[in-house]
Amino acid sequence: MSRLNRKLAGDWLWPVVVFAALAVVPKLDVSIPKLFDQPLSSPGTLALLAACLLYGALALTYDLQFGFTGLLSFGHALYVAIGVYLSNIAITEWHWAFWQGILFTMGVAFVLANVLGYVSLRVGGIAFAMVTLAFAQAGNVLALKDPHHWTHGEEGLGADYTKLPQAFVGIVNTRNLYWLALAFLAFVFFVVRWVTESSPGRVWQAIRENELRVEVLGLRPHAYKLQAFVLSSVLAAAGGIVYMLLYNGSTLSVTEPTFTLTLLLMVVIGGAGSRWGAVLGGILYNYLDDRLVAIGSSSAVHGLPSALRTPLEQPLFLLGVIFILIVMFLPGGLAGLANRARPSGLRRLEHAVQTAPAVAEAREDT
Amino acid sequence: MSTFVLLTITGFGLGAMYFLIASGLSLIYGLMGVLNFAHGAFITVGSYGTWWTSEHVFDGVHSNLWRWLLSALLGLVCGGVFAALVELILIRPLYTRHIEQVLVTVGLQLAFVALVRGIWGPDPKTFVVPRWLHETTDVGGALIPNDRWVEIATAAVVLVLLQLFLRRTRYGLIIRAGVENRAMVQALGIDVRKAFTLVFAIGGVAAAVAGVLSGVYFNVVGPEQGTSLLIFAFIVVVIGGLGSIGGSAVAALVVALTQQYTNYYASSGIGDMVVVLLLGVVLLVRPRGFAGAVVGARA
Amino acid sequence: MSAVATRTLLAVRDLHVYLGQSHVLQGVTFDVPEGGVVALLGRNGVGKTTTLRAILGLVDRRGSIRLEGSELTGMSTHRIVRRSVGYVPEDRDVFTGLTVAENLRLAERDDAPRYDLVYELFPELRERGTQRAGTLSGGQQQMVAIARALLNDNRLLLVDEPTKGLAPALVAEVARVLERLAELTTVLLVEQNLGVVRRIAQEVIVLDQGRVVHAGDAKEFLDEPDLVKRMLSVGRA
Repeated sequence: MSRLNRKLAGDWLWPVVVFAALAVVPKLDVSIPKLFDQPLSSPGTLALLAACLLYGALALTYDLQFGFTGLLSFGHALYVAIGVYLSNIAITEWHWAFWQGILFTMGVAFVLANVLGYVSLRVGGIAFAMVTLAFAQAGNVLALKDPHHWTHGEEGLGADYTKLPQAFVGIVNTRNLYWLALAFLAFVFFVVRWVTESSPGRVWQAIRENELRVEVLGLRPHAYKLQAFVLSSVLAAAGGIVYMLLYNGSTLSVTEPTFTLTLLLMVVIGGAGSRWGAVLGGILYNYLDDRLVAIGSSSAVHGLPSALRTPLEQPLFLLGVIFILIVMFLPGGLAGLANRARPSGLRRLEHAVQTAPAVAEAREDT
Repeated sequence: MSTFVLLTITGFGLGAMYFLIASGLSLIYGLMGVLNFAHGAFITVGSYGTWWTSEHVFDGVHSNLWRWLLSALLGLVCGGVFAALVELILIRPLYTRHIEQVLVTVGLQLAFVALVRGIWGPDPKTFVVPRWLHETTDVGGALIPNDRWVEIATAAVVLVLLQLFLRRTRYGLIIRAGVENRAMVQALGIDVRKAFTLVFAIGGVAAAVAGVLSGVYFNVVGPEQGTSLLIFAFIVVVIGGLGSIGGSAVAALVVALTQQYTNYYASSGIGDMVVVLLLGVVLLVRPRGFAGAVVGARA
Repeated sequence: MSAVATRTLLAVRDLHVYLGQSHVLQGVTFDVPEGGVVALLGRNGVGKTTTLRAILGLVDRRGSIRLEGSELTGMSTHRIVRRSVGYVPEDRDVFTGLTVAENLRLAERDDAPRYDLVYELFPELRERGTQRAGTLSGGQQQMVAIARALLNDNRLLLVDEPTKGLAPALVAEVARVLERLAELTTVLLVEQNLGVVRRIAQEVIVLDQGRVVHAGDAKEFLDEPDLVKRMLSVGRA
């Protein structure tokens, strides 16, 4: 095999190996005492791992627009929420079949991403961030308002389990949910990998570096950015459906701006623009989120003064602080630690925010 | 008719709070290019600082006006100092790295809300105020809660003070010029960065005032209050134009009144959505907002 | 050129500037002697404005820029300006939201700003003190831009295309002001109008493709139409 072919094989080989290894986990009756309360094959641990994998996938969908294309959106949660809520409403409130619910949800996500994306991308940089935040906020308000009593507002909407594929229902099938999350992660990983290494992907990265130059080359950045945005949002909606299955229902937390912000934290901590970094960030974040709360509610901690207790009881505090430290001292995130030679993720993104508005302004003058 | 009057004056009261938050955000973004999410933390410092002082230093206010004012003053000072420290420790080291600056403020906001939730719990705390504020005044048949007057008066005073500062002092001059063209100010031999801390401190104080007033308006202080007000303040800033105090004032009124009227006459919650859509429309039609610099453009 | 050896005020050595991916300045080297006017010439887009901005630290640069012995690379812009360097930028960059008087007041750097000199050369600015700079004409804005640099006692003035977009009568007036300025300080002037250059410059430095391709006496250069044409793609001086 030529060196190039060997390299390509190597590049595609390691993820396959990793995913295969992860697939075996539910069969392992192994206990890892410090990391998990119960053995790996137990439903409790599998549920946690499934959530970690799902968050890894969601973080990766966000990295596609933020890390690769330089689009800082604060409204990614909207599309996850569409996946989480619409699929549930379709089967539980409208009594549709499951596959009809999925098709409908993906269709709405696709259309909405195109419409809102087209509109939002007319501005760049910080303005884009604020528009996306505003649209997500509108979604939040809508969910709260509980039109036709579909979303059930603050209570949330439990899923009608009779409508769900039976393979995913019940504690005994937690391993199936684990495999579903893993399959979804693998799917997103390979899709993102393939797309970012193909020609639209190169244009996205070029746009992140220097949008003006892309325009000068005769390409229309807006169309390319929209592509990245729509793909990212549609994948996020699919992730939302998996989320709904995993948690057996829909709650308001996915509609809140904080949700997008936590995705942002995951991507940055893991390493923006580095695919496996984003996944790692998602997995790590969710794991810490879960474990810190568990430690925090243990009796050993209860006796501590509130100043020490808080970081454990409120994972977002610790994670927020870690995030700040990484932004200030390790902009490449954890992936940056492994990849010292390459310029770190956030540094490459500076240009996107700086140059994008120049394009908007130039467009304004014509 | 009396409902309309009540809605209008309440709208003014809400607009007063939006203005207080938006004015600081607007100056900070206009001058420094930093979209300051941590402004939510400044609001919370103001509201919790005042609450904590009146609870623990004054053993509950029991409607004593002076004690309450002192507590509020402490809240303001804390807001200003905290904001200045944030600028010096977190923002300044990341000079010209705008994305990282925004991210740091996002992280600070998330961590701070979590911290407050951890120390004082997620439930809102009752905000004790002088009894007079709970009473109402009759205006044309409408019974207006007196706290509205305080909010409107405070915002008006802050507006005047800010304008005086910007137009009559050297730092105000530097800030006005810097909002327009930061590089040229540097090219005149002036270190604009000195103005950064000042602008953050001003923003912190104004936000803390908004925090105190929000406690009065909603009757409680809670960890999430800062965040929800912040989002509307962002909308006000964009619509009003970055770097423009006057624009923020007008936009704050427009947004608050739209919310009030639509939420009542159409249906609850619709007003919030309309305001969001208004943001979208403005950004697409006039990225400049109605006064001030182009959103995202930095000299 | 004077027979007396003049001191070098500004020494630029091997200056490199990248704007995005573009290698705009590829090792620019030249000297600016003390006193008089040095004109920086070249085709559009060759990097003349970038050179001035590099001296001021407004763009990232590599190389050496020495002002009377002090190294400017690595210094931030406001510190460089405080070393008595004045700047009249290409698009004037007056603060449109401020009044004329405020624009001037902002520019005050030294203890005794020279308002009498400014108002002597630009009496109109005194009258229009409270007018918003954004409502001024192009020529009036140019006056403000130059006045800002005039207010302070500068060792070196960097002036970028001061006559751009001005009517001929105003061009003459600007040239007159520059002549007056040259008596007081050293001027590094970027200018496309060769008539102005001929009138006030003693030396020229020509840039092409990111490097200095000619440096020498202004009159000698401008008297060689072939040379001028080749380097500047301009017909007549």
